[in-house]
Amino acid sequence: MSDIIDRPAAADPTDEVTDWEQNEVAQFLRKQAERKPAFFTLGDVPVKRTYTAADLAATPAGDIGLPGRYPFTRGPYPTMYRSRTWTMRQIAGFGTGEDTNRRFKYLIAQGQTGISTDFDMPTLMGYDSDHPMSEGEVGREGVAIDTLADMEALFDGIDLEQISVSMTINPSAWILLAMYIVLAQQRGYDLNKLSGTIQADILKEYMAQKEYVFPVEPSVRIVRDCITYCARNMKRYNPINISGYHISEAGASPLHEAAFTLANLIVYVEKVLETGMDIDEFAPRLAFFFVCQADFFEEIAKFRALRRCYAKIMKERFGAKNPESMRLRFHCQTAAASLTKPQYMVNVVRTTMQALAAVLGGCQSLHTNGYDEAFAIPTEDAMRMALRTQQVIAEESNVTQTTDPLGGSYFVESLTTEYERRIFAVLEEISDRGGTLKLISEGWFQQQIADFAYETALRKQSGEKPVIGVNRLVDDTPDPKIETHPYDRTTAERQIARTRRVRRERDPALFDSLMVKLLAVARDDSQNIMPITIELVRAGATMGDIIEALKTVWGTYRETPVF
Amino acid sequence: MAQPIRVLLAKVGLDGHDRGVRVVARTLRDAGMDVIYSGLHRTPEEVVSAAIQEDVDILGVSLLSGVQLTVFPKIFKLLGDKGVNDMIIVAGGVMPDDDVVALKAMGVHEVMLQDTPPDAIVSTLTRLVTERGQR
Repeated sequence: MSDIIDRPAAADPTDEVTDWEQNEVAQFLRKQAERKPAFFTLGDVPVKRTYTAADLAATPAGDIGLPGRYPFTRGPYPTMYRSRTWTMRQIAGFGTGEDTNRRFKYLIAQGQTGISTDFDMPTLMGYDSDHPMSEGEVGREGVAIDTLADMEALFDGIDLEQISVSMTINPSAWILLAMYIVLAQQRGYDLNKLSGTIQADILKEYMAQKEYVFPVEPSVRIVRDCITYCARNMKRYNPINISGYHISEAGASPLHEAAFTLANLIVYVEKVLETGMDIDEFAPRLAFFFVCQADFFEEIAKFRALRRCYAKIMKERFGAKNPESMRLRFHCQTAAASLTKPQYMVNVVRTTMQALAAVLGGCQSLHTNGYDEAFAIPTEDAMRMALRTQQVIAEESNVTQTTDPLGGSYFVESLTTEYERRIFAVLEEISDRGGTLKLISEGWFQQQIADFAYETALRKQSGEKPVIGVNRLVDDTPDPKIETHPYDRTTAERQIARTRRVRRERDPALFDSLMVKLLAVARDDSQNIMPITIELVRAGATMGDIIEALKTVWGTYRETPVF
Repeated sequence: MAQPIRVLLAKVGLDGHDRGVRVVARTLRDAGMDVIYSGLHRTPEEVVSAAIQEDVDILGVSLLSGVQLTVFPKIFKLLGDKGVNDMIIVAGGVMPDDDVVALKAMGVHEVMLQDTPPDAIVSTLTRLVTERGQR
């Protein structure tokens, strides 16, 4: 004790660290070496033995700032979870609209505060349930939606002015938005009171998730049309969720997740600005979606750096004046690909850690994965456990009492600033190489993602990246038999019957005239595709009708795969 | 020197999850195999005809969309119709244990799920080709 007190304080923190390295550290290392010669985050950022005030000095005080104030490093809102905890938004979707509606109501009864919808592969790719490509896939991995009638069933008895609804859908997103709007109008809702989002982030589809229909240019135009339509007609609705989640889950490093997402943002903003709309008219409703992977502090730093980078891009590059245009708001999902089949209950612990990092990183809404993620889509029991995980963090842990509790941490601030620096460096590289759209067509992003995915597979194999139950602490005792979500084999039949009934009952003359109008709008890039789509779905057009017709104008996209 | 093992890796249906299949493609290529990757969104017909045309030893199908019990019976039917009975068929992806049992029962030689180490995939495929013997 006296030894510590009596030693004269070094004049400079750097000198003090040097002194400590030469004394305490050197002595200790002689007794016991460290576990590894060097330490890195999962995203390959070097991690020092400890961080001090000297590291903090590298970040200008103004860059840390205060919550709810530019550059929003510490959070988009001044009071954060002291006012309202994040939206607990567990994704759900399977079978028909009725099937998923029952799951929604179950989750709401369990205390969920937002709705999130997963669609089946045919809906995600724009095929009707009776298309040959849909065989075996109808209602399997999400809910099947072909027509407005399906949408009516999906949200039956749920007050859409009271709960926000997220729809995870991309190339066909604008058609579902149109159905949602017609449903709201039928029920007499005020469109300006609806809150929620469509994902509608098509660029990351070409990079990572690979759900696309049309070539890049018309696809980005559809995104543009959704953004401008919502800015004018749905003041509280987020017309896009610009997503890093899928980039990460496809194998990218956290740095690439962050940087590629912001590269996509820049493309969308530029496209909307070309229409003459002011940045502050639409930017406040841009929303984001990121993953929370396993590296606890790295993920927190990633979220904080993303907020700072976004604020600077919107203000300095695009000239935003309204602070709401500069504050990044994001939904977060824990990392599905981090979950394992062996010792699957350990997934609850992984998810808890990731959810806590998301909360300490300041997310606005959160989905926690089910422990059965590595088997199939989640059962009700797995979803309840996942929701309870969030509720324990929100209500029992007290981490919600102060905003950005890690603000000022030598390590977290240092890593945040390091992430900011690296993100801007990647954005510059993208620009130097010819820009996002050119690099998508060249497969550059896809190659970067594949490289890190391959690297990760090798690190898991060597044990450098420990995964409990897979390459560490493998237990040959069989796990208890897990109940998985059953697929109801009557789904396709029930779904197709309704789609065919809608086609039968609609007014064919009206339908035909609207389809002609749709094609004319598609050919004229200056028009917005939303109004005609709204008319079409109201008149009983199926998603497949609209998509197949537009393929005759725009063609389809096929990637040249890289590995 | 023996001919390198020829492999067609395929994604069938609407599933876009291609992280695993691309890691496997690179792993097998680095292990000296001839690897063809179909790219996304193929039909069973396209995959089987490519496998026959390319005269591959192994056809590997990656699925993370749950449709394995729809896709594999079609593949076996198409192969049977063309009189192909010595092609090694393997599956990869995320699927329930019961489906793995069902796939093996219908003739899938090996099912390699998520977290199978790259080296284990190489050794499994090499063993399967050795067991089958030269054609």
